[in-house]
Amino acid sequence: MTAAAEGSPPLAADGIRRRPPLPQSESFQGLALISPTFLYALILLLLPILVVFAHSFWTQNYLTIDHTFTLQNYRTALTEPIYLDLLWRSLFVALLVSLFTVVLAYPIAYFISFHGGRHKSLWLFLITIPFWTSYLLRVMSWKVILGYNGVLNSGLMGLGLISEPSTALLYNTSAVIITLTHAWAAFAILPIFVSLEKVDRTLIEAAKDLGDGPLRSFLRVTLPLSVPGVISALLIVMIPTVGDYVTPKLVGGKDGVMIANAIQAQFGKAANWPLGAALSVTTMVVVSLMAGAAVFLIRTAARLVR
Amino acid sequence: MIEIRAVTRSYGAFKALDDCSLAIHEGEFFSLLGPSGCGKTTLLRMIAGFDNPTSGSIAVDGQEMVGVPANRRPTNMVFQSYAIFPHLNVEQNVAYGLKRLQLDPAEEKRRVDEALAMVSLDGLGKRGAHELSGGQRQRVALARALVMRPKVLLLDEPLSALDKKLREQMQVELRRLQQAVGITFILVTHDQYEALAMSDRIAVMFGGRIAQIASPKEIYQRPVNRRVADFLGGMNFVKAEIVEENGSSITVNTLGFGRITTEKPKAFTRNGAGATLGIRPERLRVLWDNATAMHEVSGTVVERHYFGEITHLIVEIPGLEKPLSVTETNDFGADDIPIGAPIRLGYDRDALVAMAE
Amino acid sequence: MTALKRLLPGGNSWLAAYAFLYIGFLYLPVVFLPIFSINTSASPKFPLAGITLQWYRDLPKTPALIDAAWNSLIVGVSAAILATTFGILAARAITRYRFPGRRPIHGLIMAPLVLPEVIVAISMLLVMLQLGLSLSLFTVVLGHVLICIPYSMSVLTSGFEGFDRSLEEASADLGESAFGTFRRVTLPMVAPAIISSLLVAFTISLDDFIIAFFLTGTEATLPIYIWGQLRFAAKLPGVLALGTLLLIGSFLLLSIAEILRRRTARRTQSKGPQHG
Repeated sequence: MTAAAEGSPPLAADGIRRRPPLPQSESFQGLALISPTFLYALILLLLPILVVFAHSFWTQNYLTIDHTFTLQNYRTALTEPIYLDLLWRSLFVALLVSLFTVVLAYPIAYFISFHGGRHKSLWLFLITIPFWTSYLLRVMSWKVILGYNGVLNSGLMGLGLISEPSTALLYNTSAVIITLTHAWAAFAILPIFVSLEKVDRTLIEAAKDLGDGPLRSFLRVTLPLSVPGVISALLIVMIPTVGDYVTPKLVGGKDGVMIANAIQAQFGKAANWPLGAALSVTTMVVVSLMAGAAVFLIRTAARLVR
Repeated sequence: MIEIRAVTRSYGAFKALDDCSLAIHEGEFFSLLGPSGCGKTTLLRMIAGFDNPTSGSIAVDGQEMVGVPANRRPTNMVFQSYAIFPHLNVEQNVAYGLKRLQLDPAEEKRRVDEALAMVSLDGLGKRGAHELSGGQRQRVALARALVMRPKVLLLDEPLSALDKKLREQMQVELRRLQQAVGITFILVTHDQYEALAMSDRIAVMFGGRIAQIASPKEIYQRPVNRRVADFLGGMNFVKAEIVEENGSSITVNTLGFGRITTEKPKAFTRNGAGATLGIRPERLRVLWDNATAMHEVSGTVVERHYFGEITHLIVEIPGLEKPLSVTETNDFGADDIPIGAPIRLGYDRDALVAMAE
Repeated sequence: MTALKRLLPGGNSWLAAYAFLYIGFLYLPVVFLPIFSINTSASPKFPLAGITLQWYRDLPKTPALIDAAWNSLIVGVSAAILATTFGILAARAITRYRFPGRRPIHGLIMAPLVLPEVIVAISMLLVMLQLGLSLSLFTVVLGHVLICIPYSMSVLTSGFEGFDRSLEEASADLGESAFGTFRRVTLPMVAPAIISSLLVAFTISLDDFIIAFFLTGTEATLPIYIWGQLRFAAKLPGVLALGTLLLIGSFLLLSIAEILRRRTARRTQSKGPQHG
């Protein structure tokens, strides 16, 4: 899972021999080879998403779908206080989680990249191991830690810091945020690490040579050059987090519920597919907007630092 | 032995090779020399069978090769990256091609050992591919190709990955090896010294075309044009006017060197009334005190650069638009000639070469 | 302590301290699984009431669990094989050929990595219901293949990327046929990456809850079984024991995958031009 988000093409860093323009057959062979996988993704990912999109404009009468175009679902999704609340909370959680993860992950990625020495890959392996444990079990484990009779409460009581178990730890939004921040850590560390690895070390030496101290050279050279990694970390955490289902269900309690739980309900008990579809589309659109705004802000900030 | 006739390779409008023809003799060490992108590697890969000409033909031993896949050609290649199979050890690498021949195991072993001895890798057969140095990898690649007893051995920039000292040592070894096995070698290189030091003949290529095919001495001393002359090393160029031209000689008139009749290069093609006269810097020698020469020019030293065993002088000659460069050994104190001093330079007639502009 | 020192070649001590704290945070929830799985009491709190292996002994006596394990195994193996097959084709195309639409196609294939899983799941659910496919382990496999492909792809592309094309040319040059070259050069060199992709895909399928939750019919996979058990506090130690076993299993599989991946990387990055 090394830097899966980095879709960088393998450059024929040939240098000496100039590659001639490609013959027609090469494109054909390449396309033929990739087409099964492409078609699979097309049929089982792109097509389904389009179907969801179409459903969001229809209505459901008990078991039959009415194919007349309507915006009613979006009206419901955007005006019903319950959905609006859930949407806002999901966005809020996703924003905080992605911010926390990136801020907490950056120093680690920096440490491994700049001070990891020969053990870089060992560090990376150490970091990824916990993430291969079942997600469900990790969330549940947090429940054990944060619970009323949980490890944290008994620990704090044992130390005499609190006299009775705190209820503030579980079944609320902060429990959701803690759990998710933990859950996505590796996904933030890896892209940042990759972009830090790409920073040419002589650039930092050049900055120091030109009179910058460690902090200034970090702010003026290393940080701006690692912005692509920070951005992909932010996106890879923020977008999936918005639609998280398990965490709010297990540790979120009543006020920790998020939009995915509502979407699931529409496809399950409530049996209102079009509304579920509209909620899905709305979530995707809104989170994309938020992600876009975040990317814009980071880029602007990076430009200002220089 | 190898006949390349009118070979063209085009990629859309771009021509990597443009109407190239050449004949390589049996047992010859032949080099394809040129800057990157000149088409030399493309030509080599066509001989190997990794690419096919858009038009033209390639024959080995009278057999047409175009359309024959690489694995059925009597050629073997030493790759630029050496392409040592990383999952096999030295012995297994060398025996890779022999396995197809289903030889008697003892015979196979004998041939592998013989090939390893040939490249002085005896005893290293069990080494893994990762435990080899750059020079050793190169030797394995050589042994692996030679063990197949090819009619032609193709070498794609085989020395470019080695450091200077090793490169020079391998040049000598490669030449010695070629003479020992007597196989035709075709070498692709962008290093003129490498080509000069190793080859029987050289083809100089520019932009997909062959500019000159000749022996190293001929190429160095009698380049057909300025581009070839320049690529092979430093040369002073003087503008000249063609006065007379016949079968084997040519007479030109220059401001600095006067009227000169010289041997005409074989591939000389006249291009208008103008010509260029060239002389290599080491063919001009400083005339000390009262020494005289049959032919001489005089001028003033304007720059002096010290290079250890030689000194490089820049000398302004009245009537020449560009000063001449001169390299002189330091035996007689060329490194002490003061700047601004008057100087006389002697040269031989045959050091001057006339070429197309 | 010496091991720790070797991990820290000089550098910034504050940063190093932070790194260790962070690693602690990452491992915090993971370490409690095995600890409470050997606790006599069903409620997970310190100090432990006593140590027992009872919960582990009970596991094989639960038919629903055995069924779920079998289902997970079937789904995991099928998804791993399919995802790796698709991954090999695509990774080979991406690393070896240049063709129009290469980037968008690659983007689409990798997209499941950055999409909310719930949305992927419900979209597939909608289409499958529309197509009249009845939900079963088969539909779960279809979904798992989709989410496993990006991971397989990244393992395989990193395995294929360093592959020096002239190795295959050298093989042909030495007289080997196209099939022989594939068998004697290509396959042995990429085999570790393929095995590693199989293991990673299997692990992902084994751990996935959301896709299976939406796309399965009546048959439960292990995560779905666990989900069902979580409602009952009394069942917690059993779940913890199961989780510990799964943790050890995943850890072993992934360590093998990682070792193999490194071996391919070392193999395929044939040193090539080397100075000195």
